[in-house]
Amino acid sequence: MSIQPMIETEMSTHTLRPKLRTEEVNMIFTRDGKNLPVLENINLEVFDGEFICLLGPSGCGKSTLLSAIAGFLKPTSGDILIDGEIVRAPDPRRIFVFQERGVFPWLTVEGNIGFGLGRLPRSERAQRIQYYVKMVGLEGFEKSYPHELSGGMKQRVEVARALAVNPDVLFLDEPFGALDSITRMIMRGELLRIWQAERKTILFVTHDIDEAVQLADRVVVMSARPGRIQQIVPIDISHPRDISSPRYLELRDGILSQIGLAHNL
Amino acid sequence: MSAQAQPRKWERFFWPVLATAFFLALWHYAVVWTATNIFPSPLAVEKGLVELVHKGVLYQDILDSLRRVAIGYLAAVAIGVPLGLLFGWYPAINQVVNPVIQILRPISPIAWIPVAIIFFGVGDYAAIFLVFLGAFFPILVTCVDGVANVPLIYRRAGTNFGLTPPQVLARVVFPAALPSILVGLRIALGIGWLVVVAGEMIAVTSGLGYLIIDSRNSGKRYDLVVGAMLLIGIIGLALDLLFRRVETFKPVRWGFRNES
Amino acid sequence: MKLPVWLRPALFILTLLGAWQLAVYLHPHQLLPGPIKTAHGVGDLVHHGLIVKYTVASLFRVTWGFFLAVIVAVPLGLVIGWHRRAEMAFNPILQILRPISPLAWIPIAILWFGVGDLAAVFLIFVGCFLPLLLTVINAVQGVPAVYINAGRNFGLGSITLMRRVLYPAIVPRLMTGLRITLGLAWLVVVAAEMIAVNSGLGFLIIDARNAGNRYDLVLAGMVIIGIVGLMLDNGIRSLEHAKALRWGYAEKH
Repeated sequence: MSIQPMIETEMSTHTLRPKLRTEEVNMIFTRDGKNLPVLENINLEVFDGEFICLLGPSGCGKSTLLSAIAGFLKPTSGDILIDGEIVRAPDPRRIFVFQERGVFPWLTVEGNIGFGLGRLPRSERAQRIQYYVKMVGLEGFEKSYPHELSGGMKQRVEVARALAVNPDVLFLDEPFGALDSITRMIMRGELLRIWQAERKTILFVTHDIDEAVQLADRVVVMSARPGRIQQIVPIDISHPRDISSPRYLELRDGILSQIGLAHNL
Repeated sequence: MSAQAQPRKWERFFWPVLATAFFLALWHYAVVWTATNIFPSPLAVEKGLVELVHKGVLYQDILDSLRRVAIGYLAAVAIGVPLGLLFGWYPAINQVVNPVIQILRPISPIAWIPVAIIFFGVGDYAAIFLVFLGAFFPILVTCVDGVANVPLIYRRAGTNFGLTPPQVLARVVFPAALPSILVGLRIALGIGWLVVVAGEMIAVTSGLGYLIIDSRNSGKRYDLVVGAMLLIGIIGLALDLLFRRVETFKPVRWGFRNES
Repeated sequence: MKLPVWLRPALFILTLLGAWQLAVYLHPHQLLPGPIKTAHGVGDLVHHGLIVKYTVASLFRVTWGFFLAVIVAVPLGLVIGWHRRAEMAFNPILQILRPISPLAWIPIAILWFGVGDLAAVFLIFVGCFLPLLLTVINAVQGVPAVYINAGRNFGLGSITLMRRVLYPAIVPRLMTGLRITLGLAWLVVVAAEMIAVNSGLGFLIIDARNAGNRYDLVLAGMVIIGIVGLMLDNGIRSLEHAKALRWGYAEKH
């Protein structure tokens, strides 16, 4: 229950420098002349190839934090460093995956996936597109337009589009939020499969505790108003995770009680 | 809407035909019963139009009107769309220019005729200038609004993939705004068609608008007046339908809700 | 030092006016007056009491034509939009009438009403009626089925349904349509007065030119037309806001 982040323990197990680091990040929004503190003293370290979930209730600032790390927002104070450089703007090395509504409706599946590949020679571009189309399981739909696809398929297009430019880091902001729960479970499996194949660093925002425990190496539990890191919970179950195993339930219940919820409804 | 039975396929033709036939009949008998010798009956209108076709005059008038609309409209598109995109993309510019636009916009293009005549004299160019004025402001406003309404997500995605601001404007904002821009362009074309007819009633000596005024002035040929009006309606409708076809192309179809 | 918001647009307008004045100064032999002369023209009209007289004449016709169009188009639109077969039946006729400029009706207007106020009102009615009718039909068809079903669920008959569910549901789009149509009415009245009537702001423009090439009055008239049109638009916008607040609709932007 201590506020002291468990980061010190992390430092001893990872001898490499962190891929991504936030130092004393604060974010204050001004609305109607009033100052709204949204994020307070965020200190976070993420290592290369890690899958990190930012977990918290709505309004705890996790999406704001993600947007800031991606370079879309500037923190009011504090620094965000990726690969030792301060983040000042969005960059193709760190791609943000919005919910499936980020897919460009005027381009086909091919067009979307190839969007960031303009600089490549045509043959290589076509190869890459085909590779990622296959990876997300959308063969046969290359020439389809997004409005002809289901929500889950559109989400896959967006993930493929992000992966195609081979970024170091992926940011995902509640990407499965608009999907039904069955599709959501399928998509989680897909995401893990892709992550294990490509080993990107992933920062994933969610309000779903199960989702966080199923996916993450470490879960960053955040509290709301202002957003603070309450605790960082390492999930030490290897993939594929059995969601009925005692260790899974133990970790999940631990987070539940962290947030202050009982597991008897 | 209400709990009516789903209309059957044949009804799509039955009702319009019925209603139109009814109106034509109503028109015809109104003329007969009031024994007016000025206002034409439907048959008189048809006869008058056929007469014009035989004289070879009708095609020329139609072409003249279409030509003026084409030139004025395309000029309005060529200037209005880039300007609109620019003003929408840089709100600072829009803020400066907008008041001027808001004052000029409510001035009917027809009110510009004296000014147009000064610059262009009586004739084609005056009419083309009027069409330009009529189409320009709606196009400009539509483009500005279209750009402003592009969701932030698309713009962020654009910068995320490393596009410079001009590239974002060209590759993301413009395609995203295109459906609403097309609607504005279609409406502007309709306005251009309205304006050319009005302009031809004052400032030129050919075209469908002139045909209307001239038919009345030289001989009270109301059959030609009404005939010309109907032609104007039909051609205007054809232009509109043509444009709507463009709206069905796949790269923009996503922006239009399903309209039957 | 924070600059007031209106400063930049004001400077821009001043620059345009300056350029205009300069252009006129450089070409003294042509007929178009500069902004200063135009302002004098406005003053002239005010001095002779003509502005008020002409503006009132134009507004009078707009008001009558517009209200007549509203009174006929809104109920008719509700009925036609409600009954799908009616819409199917009338749609072709409406679509053909729509592209016909109201000014094309001038010969018929003069035939039926002679030259004068009534003809102008008729033209405005024609110019407003069709767009308004189509707007209402469109709005009715856009009402979500859930509202209608809810109304039915509570046992409302057709007419009551139209009054208590349909009409309130279309009010936002209706207000936008009214605003656009009012703008149209203003355009039509000016044009109609230039051709078919003997008073009003449109007539002022044509008359000033014909009787003596008083282009300063022509431009003055145009400026006034623009300003009055803008005021009409703003007036109805504030009405939209008031209504929106009353009905509790969220602001669109």
